[in-house]
Amino acid sequence: MVKVDYYIILSAILFITGALGVLVRRNPLIIFMSVELMLNAANLAFVAFANMHNNLDGQIFVFFVMTVAAAEVAVGLALIVQIFKAKHSINVDDINSLKG
Amino acid sequence: MHLTEVVNNGFLFLAPWLVFAPLVGLLINSIFGHKFSERGVGAVASLASGAAFVVSILLAYSVSINHGEVLRWKLAEWMHIGNLSLDWTFRVDSLSATMMLVVSGVGTLIHIYAIGYMHEDVRFKHEENRFRRFFIFLNLFIASMMILVSGDSYMMLFVGWEGVGLCSFLLIGFWFEMDTLARPSWANSDAAKKAFITNRVGDFGFLIAGFLMFWHLGSFQFDAVFENATHAEPWVIVLITLFMLIGVAGKSAQIPLYIWLPDAMAGPTPVSALIHAATMVTAGVYLVTRSAPLYSLVPQAQYIVAMTGAATALFAATIAVGQYDIKKVLAYSTISQLGFMVAAVGMGAYVAGMFHLITHAFFKALLFLSAGSVILGLERGHHHAEHARHAEEPKGKHKKAEHHDEHHEVFDPGDMRNMGGLRKTMPVTFWLYMIGTLALAGIFPFAGFWSKDEILLDASLHFTSIYWQLTIAAFFTAFYMGRQIWMVFFGEARHEAAAHAEESPKVMTLPLVALAVLSVAGGALNLPFEGYHNLGHWLGYTLGEVEGLPLNLQVAGISTALALSAIFISWLIYGRKPLKIGQPDPLKKPLGFIFTGMENKWFVDEGYFALIISPFKKLSQFLADVIDWKFWHDFVHDTIIFGTYNWVSSIALNDYADQKGIDAFANGLGTWTQNFSTAMRKIQNGFVRSYALSVLFGVVFILGYLLLK
Repeated sequence: MVKVDYYIILSAILFITGALGVLVRRNPLIIFMSVELMLNAANLAFVAFANMHNNLDGQIFVFFVMTVAAAEVAVGLALIVQIFKAKHSINVDDINSLKG
Repeated sequence: MHLTEVVNNGFLFLAPWLVFAPLVGLLINSIFGHKFSERGVGAVASLASGAAFVVSILLAYSVSINHGEVLRWKLAEWMHIGNLSLDWTFRVDSLSATMMLVVSGVGTLIHIYAIGYMHEDVRFKHEENRFRRFFIFLNLFIASMMILVSGDSYMMLFVGWEGVGLCSFLLIGFWFEMDTLARPSWANSDAAKKAFITNRVGDFGFLIAGFLMFWHLGSFQFDAVFENATHAEPWVIVLITLFMLIGVAGKSAQIPLYIWLPDAMAGPTPVSALIHAATMVTAGVYLVTRSAPLYSLVPQAQYIVAMTGAATALFAATIAVGQYDIKKVLAYSTISQLGFMVAAVGMGAYVAGMFHLITHAFFKALLFLSAGSVILGLERGHHHAEHARHAEEPKGKHKKAEHHDEHHEVFDPGDMRNMGGLRKTMPVTFWLYMIGTLALAGIFPFAGFWSKDEILLDASLHFTSIYWQLTIAAFFTAFYMGRQIWMVFFGEARHEAAAHAEESPKVMTLPLVALAVLSVAGGALNLPFEGYHNLGHWLGYTLGEVEGLPLNLQVAGISTALALSAIFISWLIYGRKPLKIGQPDPLKKPLGFIFTGMENKWFVDEGYFALIISPFKKLSQFLADVIDWKFWHDFVHDTIIFGTYNWVSSIALNDYADQKGIDAFANGLGTWTQNFSTAMRKIQNGFVRSYALSVLFGVVFILGYLLLK
């Protein structure tokens, strides 16, 4: 039986990797992948704690998170396609129409 | 128990249809009437009124099978406030049933007549689309009158009272912007306003009576009022009855408020017949009869009522002698006859008053409608004469005249001086008019003889002065009616319109025949012989059984002899030597200033003008010019309010305070907002990743706070 600490540490590492990815990368596709990484880090934590408490709530929650992630990617990709059509670029730093 | 009650009440459940039948007719005519022909509109209105008549018959039958018990049908709650509860309850007893029968019966006949009358009237006036409006108003009148006579409380009676007042106003001013020959004139609308305002004075009295009643007797419901009145202090009852008398004087055209009725003849003739002779004006008589238990408590008030009636009867009869307008004569005659009724009910002879009310409704409606027939006949003749003249004229001239082929000359189709010889051209109308005249003059055996004699007999037994006033009034009645007959129907035509006059169609004469039959036979309702006091017995259910008086040959003989001699005198003056064209009235010379007085209505209108209207106008002018404009506008508004405001603002809000204080504050607020925004917009740099970083810091901060707190 692996201790829950290891799962949590792995989850934290994955989350930080994802967060850094979101912050430093300019390609929205990569950003999305980083977001997925963060979500899955959360999922891992959920499953780990569910296992620890012998309670299925956490696992059920993971399904919801996966569903939401899928929906979010679907919407996000559609947005990227539309932005590319309009601007011929998907560099997130070029998308700054709301600059004050 | 409950079932037998329903069965015993007979047709009582139909009572609301007294009001709703005419209202349905009114609604049909106002919503769908534009699709109907004139005949259709008239038929709907007449059927609606006829339905109310049928309901009245059934209700009278219900009363009779219940041996005169008062039947009530509560339709709706009107208002319940504190211990005041007012309902819309229909009260059906022998008195109200009698009124319903008269109103709807005579009303229906007049509706039918009006189909023919208005058909021509709207054409003479070139306003054919007003035909429908007339019948809508007539139905509204029947509905209001039914509310008046069927109400179970003084308040419901008052609702109907005001309703008929409104209809009267609407119908007097029916041709509000033209005179009888469609010339522009405001005389009719002035007459309508005069009627309405004069009635307001009367209604004021009625309202005061109502307030006193509620304050001291605690109810408006008839029986409760009568019950409580027996315990009340006499002065309260005297006040109530006298204020009520003001209302009666207004509606039933008694001294001093009768002045509106002659002017009300401006309305179309069916209106004069229905509202201003047969039904509405009897509302006051009905009110006194209905309040009989109140009046019986206070003989002083009764005496005042009787004196008012008798004085009115005599006074109006003298004025009628000096009038030239065929309808004005009848109008003053109506006032005079209403005086008879009011005198009768004032003396406590309620049965006699109601009897005269019924027979008067018959023969006065007959007379007015026949007068309408005469007027229309003259208008027809006038048109014929005009057209004949145009046909004879040379062509060039004719063309010019075509544009206004109407009457250039001043011609009044109601003026008896323009008539004469109509017995040959309008024979049916002539005979009908004769019957009406004989009934009104009180010639045996016509209806008026019986009813008038009953009043005279009651007066002779109790009040000699009233008896003599009424007897002299009866003499004048026969005289002015004789004068009218000779002037209108005998002699030679004094105007080409009269020479060319034409008889009226059947739709107009047939209702008149029905009324003529009633005028002849109406006396049978209450013959002064043992066992024939039918009306007295019938009304006795409500008013308490009274002993029917036998025929008094002396009273009947005097009145008949006076009536016959009056007719004979009128023949001597007007019949033997018919009036010539342009000749003044033959009475003018021998009577001198007396006739001038009669001719000018004893200058009562002028008196009211000098005493009330001109001071009132001056007061209004004063209030408008001095109080409102000089004081209120110039002084209070301009000087005080506006001046003070100016002064305060010049001190407290001078330029320095304004610019350095208020302006500076407002501008400073604006500048600060601008600067702050300039600083803040730098945060919004457009880089998604820096936003994400902010979110990260935010989350870390909040989580850190939550964990470490």
